[in-house]
Amino acid sequence: MGAGSATDSATDVGSAHGPDVPVAATLLAVFRRDLRIALRRRADTGSALVFFVIVVSLFPLGVGPQFDLLRRMAPGVVWVAALLASMLALGRLFADDHADGTLEQMLLSPTPLPLLVLAKTAAHWLASGLLLVLVSPLLALQFDLGAQAALVLMASLLLGTPVLSLLGAIGAALTVGLRGAGVLLSLLVLPLATPVLIFGAGAVDASLAGLGVEAHFSVLGAMLLVSLVLAPLAAAAALRIALE
Amino acid sequence: MPATSASSAEPNDAPPLPAVLELHDLACVRGRRRLFRGLNATLRPGQLLRVSGANGAGKTSLLRMLCGLMAPAQGRVLWQGQELKRVRDGFHRQLIYLGHAAALKDDLTPLENLRVAARLGGDAPDDAAALQALADAGLSGREHLPARVLSQGQRRRAALARLPLGAARLWVLDEPFNALDTAATAWLLGLIEAHLDRGGMVVLTSHQPVGLGERWQQCCLAL
Repeated sequence: MGAGSATDSATDVGSAHGPDVPVAATLLAVFRRDLRIALRRRADTGSALVFFVIVVSLFPLGVGPQFDLLRRMAPGVVWVAALLASMLALGRLFADDHADGTLEQMLLSPTPLPLLVLAKTAAHWLASGLLLVLVSPLLALQFDLGAQAALVLMASLLLGTPVLSLLGAIGAALTVGLRGAGVLLSLLVLPLATPVLIFGAGAVDASLAGLGVEAHFSVLGAMLLVSLVLAPLAAAAALRIALE
Repeated sequence: MPATSASSAEPNDAPPLPAVLELHDLACVRGRRRLFRGLNATLRPGQLLRVSGANGAGKTSLLRMLCGLMAPAQGRVLWQGQELKRVRDGFHRQLIYLGHAAALKDDLTPLENLRVAARLGGDAPDDAAALQALADAGLSGREHLPARVLSQGQRRRAALARLPLGAARLWVLDEPFNALDTAATAWLLGLIEAHLDRGGMVVLTSHQPVGLGERWQQCCLAL
């Protein structure tokens, strides 16, 4: 699929845009539309956040007050929960647009489809991933993490959750219009997301062990940059195939 | 299923304008069924092409093909003499496609929906123009309700309100008269006539002949 998406994007992005079609304004309009919908459907938007908080909170309750053990499992638990929570929210990234016909309008827009996908993914991350990031220091308290480790956890999620959203956009695009898309989406995306999990949780582990975290953050940042460029192209190509 | 194409008489006093949209030997296969093949048609400025056919004959598939949403199993679609995929962005700027889903977001108001739809199509109408278009569509007083509470006909009107806002030359409309009442049908016919007068082109699916005046050229393509 890589070659297909590359040629597809070349025709998409490479075309000239007249001054009458401001691409940035279109992207902003799509971004604001999706945020507005997320705000008006708070029950849907909040469910991933509530899932995240509950799953993370179950572990201290189940394990009991063994601070050493809790501290050691905190990074992994929070990261795995974040991974599952973002899968939960991703299923509807393109499904609603597909059902109501707006996805066809996006495909027929003179604005390049990968950029529209990027705008949608950004709005989606703001309404789901960012909330997980913001609430994570509070959850870290339950695991007796120190202030520094909690800060590293938050920073690792801040770098890592956009990657999860971007990878998820590919999966959501591939499964759009399919029955049972949610499970298939997880099967497709979770293996791809394991490097993010390893380096995200690894950063917190390193911080707890008193080691430097620069290497982990560099790798996370690199993954973010690569997925920022490639994931919208791949998702756009997948959407074109899915709507044939 | 053989396709027949019957064009109404060209006016004798003017030479025919060059064809802008050409369908060459199109074939459509869905699953294992061949819906149609050997389909040829041309569309010139100021012409309306009505696609008719039984349910499941491939009308929507044909519209999706000539928008570039679906690749034809065989044959070519040419826009100004060039293959669609080579002129995709330029073609899409000249196109408004309204499928049988109204492309409305239930949580947004008709006004918000209209603004985003126009933006996606490459137009940037101001609020006054958008409100006027909605009022003309018979939706005044409902601009700020969520689209979820609109009736089927009102949803269709809200989607069609986009037509006068854009500068697109080609309108591709899938069953545009469905769910419309008499007043809305007359309003849509007026929009189509004005569009054809400007040299625009319309492709639509409809089971009944479109009630345009004698002045406008109407071709019929039976699948």
